[in-house]
Amino acid sequence: MEDIAIVGAGQSVFSRSCGESIRELCFDAFKEAMEGLDITTGDIDASVICSAPEYDKQRSPSGLISEYLELTPKPAFYVETVCSSSSTGLRVAWSLIKAGLHKVVAVIGFQKMSELSSRDAAERMGRGGDIIWESPFGITMPAGYAMYARAHMAKYGTTEEQLAKVRVKNSHYGATNPKATYRKELSLEDILNSEVITSPLKKFDCCANADGSSCIIVARGDVAKGVTKIPIWVVGLGAATDTMTMAGRESLTGLRCAQEAAKQAYKMAGIKPQDIDVAEVHDCFTISEILAYEDLGFAKPGEGAGLIEDKETYVDGKIPVNVDGGLLSKGHPIGATGGSQIRTIVRQLRGEATEAQVKAAKIGLVHNIGGVGQYGNVTILRR
Amino acid sequence: MGFENFGTVSFTTEAKVADFITQLEAGRVMATRCRKCGGSYFPPKVDCPRCLSSDVEWFEIKGKGKLNSYTVVNYGPTGFENDAPYILALAEFDEGIQILARLSRDIEEKDIQVGMSLLVRPVKLADNRIAYEFRRA
Repeated sequence: MEDIAIVGAGQSVFSRSCGESIRELCFDAFKEAMEGLDITTGDIDASVICSAPEYDKQRSPSGLISEYLELTPKPAFYVETVCSSSSTGLRVAWSLIKAGLHKVVAVIGFQKMSELSSRDAAERMGRGGDIIWESPFGITMPAGYAMYARAHMAKYGTTEEQLAKVRVKNSHYGATNPKATYRKELSLEDILNSEVITSPLKKFDCCANADGSSCIIVARGDVAKGVTKIPIWVVGLGAATDTMTMAGRESLTGLRCAQEAAKQAYKMAGIKPQDIDVAEVHDCFTISEILAYEDLGFAKPGEGAGLIEDKETYVDGKIPVNVDGGLLSKGHPIGATGGSQIRTIVRQLRGEATEAQVKAAKIGLVHNIGGVGQYGNVTILRR
Repeated sequence: MGFENFGTVSFTTEAKVADFITQLEAGRVMATRCRKCGGSYFPPKVDCPRCLSSDVEWFEIKGKGKLNSYTVVNYGPTGFENDAPYILALAEFDEGIQILARLSRDIEEKDIQVGMSLLVRPVKLADNRIAYEFRRA
């Protein structure tokens, strides 16, 4: 299915506090995405800007970013699915090209979370739940995932040590990622001894709020072949939702939105989970990566922890996952995260990854989740 | 009266479903059921999206539920700083109804077991606020 490809992918350095404005932050990602392409800014027909507005001071940021990058007078608009906004942006860009409206579309994701205090950011995340029925109890995103962790432990015997092993792996790879917020290896003891944030999740089971941007340049197949040596084809797209409330969840041991999105993406790409050479999954918490192993079919339900125990998700394992350090090392600038995951897979498939390169990777997968499993996007890319 | 005094911090007030609060003040935690198709809802809905009817009846969630999961929140967001630590939990009741609420402060962490029996009952909070919570069955 060589009809739509990613031709450029970039991201800024992710950090706790970037010290620049959102327009400047977006330039960093745009520059990396455009470098080496035989197109210029004027060839971009439209831009899709992605962030979670509750963190932004700027209202209607698409106009601002469009002006700064000199994308005006081309159309620009905004999409949001909280933490999965920029992979939703890719889905929208794909559709715009497929429909014949545009040939080249830029998907730009960003978030400057240092605009808010940590407690205020947590309050905004709480309002990313149901504000009548659940936010008044003090629900937060870590608390939502913590309840998935507790249920998984109760049903399958998954342990806190197994959760910590996800962070051990991701901190190992994150240590060599020059774009990551945290570049320090953590031991099992460091993680298990860190303070409890919302049981059973400890400080190092959680990713950090961060500032950052990402940019993906998507093009129609014929254009793609002309502007880059190695187009990365978008061969599978899946998207789904689950209830806004935690009360509405039918299962607390897997994310239904991810399972459903994965099914759609595998079907569209005509492949099976075992065909994936490298994956980026939404490890906002350690439990999230274990749920992803199962929801994506890399492990059977309840057997996700076994994959990390056996180191099968390390770079030379059966299915390498988050070998760029994941959200746990990179940090999680909400609107930028999906684009950053896509960038990693593009670099893996091109054989250009600097952190850890999976040998001869041909097919990659991106799993990007919004909120506590309210929105799920699964994207399959092929060299 | 709307949702202005519901929970530790309320974020919105007006809703057609605000009869829930009147019932809560009277000591009952209620759900809704569509009179036309029988669909039951918690959180309650006064409109049924399945059959597009707005003819719903309220019923009380009186019986025992089962704890599905919980977490002890040590880090409260803005507005909840003084509440932490508090225990959020999800419990399942008849008719497939699942509820998110806090566990009563008289349940100690060491006594919590996934699967344990619970009741959901109204609870008065400081400053004339009101919510519901899970108690031992």
